[in-house]
Amino acid sequence: MNKTYPDAKAALAGLLHDGMTVMAGGFGLSGIPEKLIAELKASGVKNLTVISNNAGIDGAGLGLLLETRQIKKMISSYVGENKLFAELYLKGELELEFNPQGTLAERIRAGGAGVPAFFTKTGVGTLVAEGKEVRDFDGQTYVMERGLVADLAIVHAWKADTEGNLVFRKTARNFNPVMATAGRVTVAEVEHLVPAGQIDPDQIHTPGIFVQRIVHYDTYEKRIEQRTVRKRG
Amino acid sequence: MAWTRDQMAQRAARELKDGFYVNLGIGIPTLVSNYIPNGISVQLQSENGMLGMGPFPYEGEEDPDLINAGKQTVTELPTTSYFDSAQSFGMVRGGHIDLSILGAMQVAENGDLANWMIPGRVVKGMGGAMDLVAGVKRVVVLMEHTAKDEPKLLHRCNLPLTGAGVVDMVITDLGVFQIDRAGSGMTLLELAPEVSLQEVRGKTEADYALGPGLG
Repeated sequence: MNKTYPDAKAALAGLLHDGMTVMAGGFGLSGIPEKLIAELKASGVKNLTVISNNAGIDGAGLGLLLETRQIKKMISSYVGENKLFAELYLKGELELEFNPQGTLAERIRAGGAGVPAFFTKTGVGTLVAEGKEVRDFDGQTYVMERGLVADLAIVHAWKADTEGNLVFRKTARNFNPVMATAGRVTVAEVEHLVPAGQIDPDQIHTPGIFVQRIVHYDTYEKRIEQRTVRKRG
Repeated sequence: MAWTRDQMAQRAARELKDGFYVNLGIGIPTLVSNYIPNGISVQLQSENGMLGMGPFPYEGEEDPDLINAGKQTVTELPTTSYFDSAQSFGMVRGGHIDLSILGAMQVAENGDLANWMIPGRVVKGMGGAMDLVAGVKRVVVLMEHTAKDEPKLLHRCNLPLTGAGVVDMVITDLGVFQIDRAGSGMTLLELAPEVSLQEVRGKTEADYALGPGLG
């Protein structure tokens, strides 16, 4: 079984349809699947529901799919860096569901683990809990949140082997491992691809069972959103 | 003299204890890391997936794979570990983080906090704030006492809440308040130098008791 594909177009071939739900890894622009997002744009697939912590920025990341109006709805925790997003939302051209960041991560983890719902303290007594079941456990109030799955998960990993075992790098890990578990199909773009057996099995973050397709590129743009430095003393 | 932003951060740093795991919010709370008292070791958690957050990198050493929750480039320390977002918020929600210091738009005398949304204005989202205030053991708010001369310490928040009954302490440019989540209300504990009780009363809508030495 060959999981490797020659390019992003081939890696997404046959997986895309209008109205589908896509999970996209990344926090800000760190660890985003930039090649696969570019291919979603090139494919013209539309009416997407996209589950991603952020919506990119103007001109980068998921911001590219906002420019082309391919996204119908975002499920996110923070979209503050994106002017086009705000504009489309205020004009009613884009639906938005805010989830607290930890609730979003846990909904995805639950979805990938076959857990349809769970209870959390986060959001009790706020707008987030409106219309949802609340229940007391051990004297504390919790709100019920549902697990999330997607037709497709696109993730970015630092290293993969041909079996689809993945290793992430530093804070580019973020939502990528949980999303890999919650896609009906998961496609990983990677910076390094090695034969099976070349990654220490004890160092694997995402086991290959969660990854159906892999595409390798040598270079990535990897834009920095907030470049902050200190003076050499 | 009201406290400056740095003096507020310095006062907040006195809430740190040796061995604490701490999450600092964006804005004035970030400055707290400049004032960690000598002899105290704390690990900073960044909710995008890092414990043991180091300072900003030297120019030329920025790494796009190494950022904090404000999307700023940072560095790692010998104590650093990385993890995914679900585990990060497992730490938060599971009560493993000792202290969260964050900003606010409004705080009520019962500990309600509003800091994520102004209806009718552009909405950015709550990010991790709702999870932090619901799960972290102790929540300290660091904020200006008023916004455009309007009080921010209120009987009840009129903005949508980030959390209900979640704040333990508020540090402003004028002083320090303690809030008892169990319901006995708010107490003014300290005044900034040369700030009078009358000035605080005039700029505060919330009811509060006076702590030892102030009444």
